Amino acid sequence: MPREVVDLPYQVEYLSILDEDGHVLDEDLEPEIPEDRLLRLHRTMLLARRFDERMLHLQRQGRIGTFAPVRGQEAAQMGIVAALRESDWMVPSFREQAASLWRGQSLESFLLAYGGFYQGNELPGNQMPEGSRNLPVAVPVGTQPLHAVGLSYAIQYRGQDDVVVTFFGDGATSEGDFHEAMNFAGVFQTPTIFVCQNNQWAISVPRSRQTNSETLAQKALAYGFPGRQVDGNDILAVYVAAEEAAERARSGDGPTMIECITYRLSMHTTADDPSRYREEEEVEEWRRRDPLPRFQAYLKQRDMLSDSDIEEAEEEILGEIQDAIDGAEERMEELANEELSMFDHMYAEMPPYLREQRDQLARELGRKEGNDA
Amino acid sequence: MPKMTMVDALNTALHQEMEQDDSVMVLGEDVGVDGGVFRVTEGLLDAFGEKRVIDTPLAEAGIVGTSIGMAIFGLRPVCEIQFSGFSYLAFHQLEAHAARMRWRSRGAYTVPMVLRTPYSGGVRALEHHSESREAYWAHTPGLKMVIPSTPRNARALLISAIRDPDPVIFYEPKAVYRAFREEVPEEEETWPIGKAQVVREGEHLTMISYGAMMRPTLEAADKLAQEDDVEAEVIDVLTIAPLDHHTFAESAKKTGRVVIIHEAPRSFGPGAEIVARLIESSFWYLEAPIRRVTGYDVVIPLFAYEKAYLPSAGRVLAAARETLESPA
Ligand SMILES: Cc1ncc(C[n+]2csc(CCOP(=O)(O)OP(=O)(O)O)c2C)c(N)n1
Ligand SMILES: [Mg+2]
Repeated sequence: MPREVVDLPYQVEYLSILDEDGHVLDEDLEPEIPEDRLLRLHRTMLLARRFDERMLHLQRQGRIGTFAPVRGQEAAQMGIVAALRESDWMVPSFREQAASLWRGQSLESFLLAYGGFYQGNELPGNQMPEGSRNLPVAVPVGTQPLHAVGLSYAIQYRGQDDVVVTFFGDGATSEGDFHEAMNFAGVFQTPTIFVCQNNQWAISVPRSRQTNSETLAQKALAYGFPGRQVDGNDILAVYVAAEEAAERARSGDGPTMIECITYRLSMHTTADDPSRYREEEEVEEWRRRDPLPRFQAYLKQRDMLSDSDIEEAEEEILGEIQDAIDGAEERMEELANEELSMFDHMYAEMPPYLREQRDQLARELGRKEGNDA
Repeated sequence: MPKMTMVDALNTALHQEMEQDDSVMVLGEDVGVDGGVFRVTEGLLDAFGEKRVIDTPLAEAGIVGTSIGMAIFGLRPVCEIQFSGFSYLAFHQLEAHAARMRWRSRGAYTVPMVLRTPYSGGVRALEHHSESREAYWAHTPGLKMVIPSTPRNARALLISAIRDPDPVIFYEPKAVYRAFREEVPEEEETWPIGKAQVVREGEHLTMISYGAMMRPTLEAADKLAQEDDVEAEVIDVLTIAPLDHHTFAESAKKTGRVVIIHEAPRSFGPGAEIVARLIESSFWYLEAPIRRVTGYDVVIPLFAYEKAYLPSAGRVLAAARETLESPA
């Protein structure tokens, strides 16, 4: 046969478990997650949602700077990290507030960092808490998946069975670094889980202009490992996909790519005006698939959650957020005069020339010439 | 004459050049439908269509590499990198190809492209959105490196950059984008690449700066006149590479005292090169050590401490006074 179709080992599958109203589509697929864990997931998702809204207000009032809202993508992030161990690594991009909250990052640390203080990255909960491993945000799009490959290579080299998950967007799949990461992971068969949050937009550029491929998941096929799509607004489907990918990775079967089909319900960042490039009808359509009410409907159907439980949680969360804001603003005031810290953490040891520059700034600001951090 | 912001002025330059020459193309992330995240390319898509105003996939190496190919063919691509902090994802395309194609092909192939990108701090931005790393490009033989400071010179320089036969990295001071308006004449203006401009004449001291730092520099110069009776000569570098050291030398020979101001990190920054040129050209005329007022050799901090990092008029003034006093 001079012309034959080449058989590829993988096909792209689309997984969903809940319908838009939170009904289970196929009970065989429903994961067994203990009730307390499900409720904790709901609590964190609600917190992420309300915190996002509050940060937007703070930004509008000029109390914090630019940030990238997570609204609409909570399930796509939390379903993934909920299926991981604490000792697994997370390599995020810049929109993973929901995943990071689940992994132990404090509200205060976000507020501080988006308030312009890098000390936000030093707070307990944002540093690596014992046993949990989270890299800081990576703003240059698509560059961080390579670090996940390096981390997972090292894990394998040390004979451990942790895995590494890396988050990135649909736009990120156009960057060269992303493809190099996928290729390395395929060649080295590293325990890496590539999670694309396909939220349909990269600022003003729609998914259809990002690649001529039918799916993003199929990119994995080119690199010799499975790629699958999941309903990213269905936390159960995301959880199952992540569990399976983690299982594969832990047992030495290599990487997986998960394309979470989701939607950015808010603006790209607080500096963006989406009405310039997308129709309100499209947003409205996706609002109906909002992951939060959907998850709540599911929990209610299973008699795990009632309206009054939600009300109670809402109230608690409001207080928790307010406490964090008060704490963070107090901290910002305390830190306002610690400009000299800009010289810290550049090197393990501060070179003499840098010390001279720091002393010069100290004199200019009328501050004590400080000690090294 | 209409009064324009720098964003308006750059937009006008693009409109004018695209109208005159159908080989001028604009490509980059969010430059079409969105008009650029700073709106510099606003209206171009409507005016010139999507074949010439291209919303690209999110890939800096892709944008620059494709521009190089277009330029070799004979088009005049003006690509945008959304923030200069992301231009490094195209570093190899610029260093290995844009800068060398003329040399490698012994003049047969050339790369008349412009890479526009916002740089500079002071706008309360996220990490990677505030830095000033013009030295990378200025250090690369084969690239030209331009930084305007006002709406008027921005329009003139962008037009010159587009018409230039070589690749030009064009850094736009985002802190100036909408900071003030200036009259920009209707009729076309250009400004030669490779030429600095004396923007204030004086005989006691020379102040050399560029981009967003021209404002604190000029403010300090005014203060010197008011409070110290000192007339500072202020030079706007405008082109970082190739550097116009003749203009610096002429001024230094007159004043004997020089202060250089930039927000880029101090070590190996443009100031270091300017000092070296002045030593080479004007050593015997100098009456005091040359001083640099610069960013520090650290990652520019997140915005809470940005003010402390960026040279201020106060810092410039203090350095100028020290220079005027020494040798004591
Ligand atoms: C290398 C790089 N280029 C450009 C940018 C500017 N930028 C920030 S986010 C973004 C779009 C990202 O889209 P996507 O990967 O889909 O992630 P999303 O924002 O949708 O979460 C762009 C262009 C950047 N941060 N890094
Ligand atoms: Mg996206």
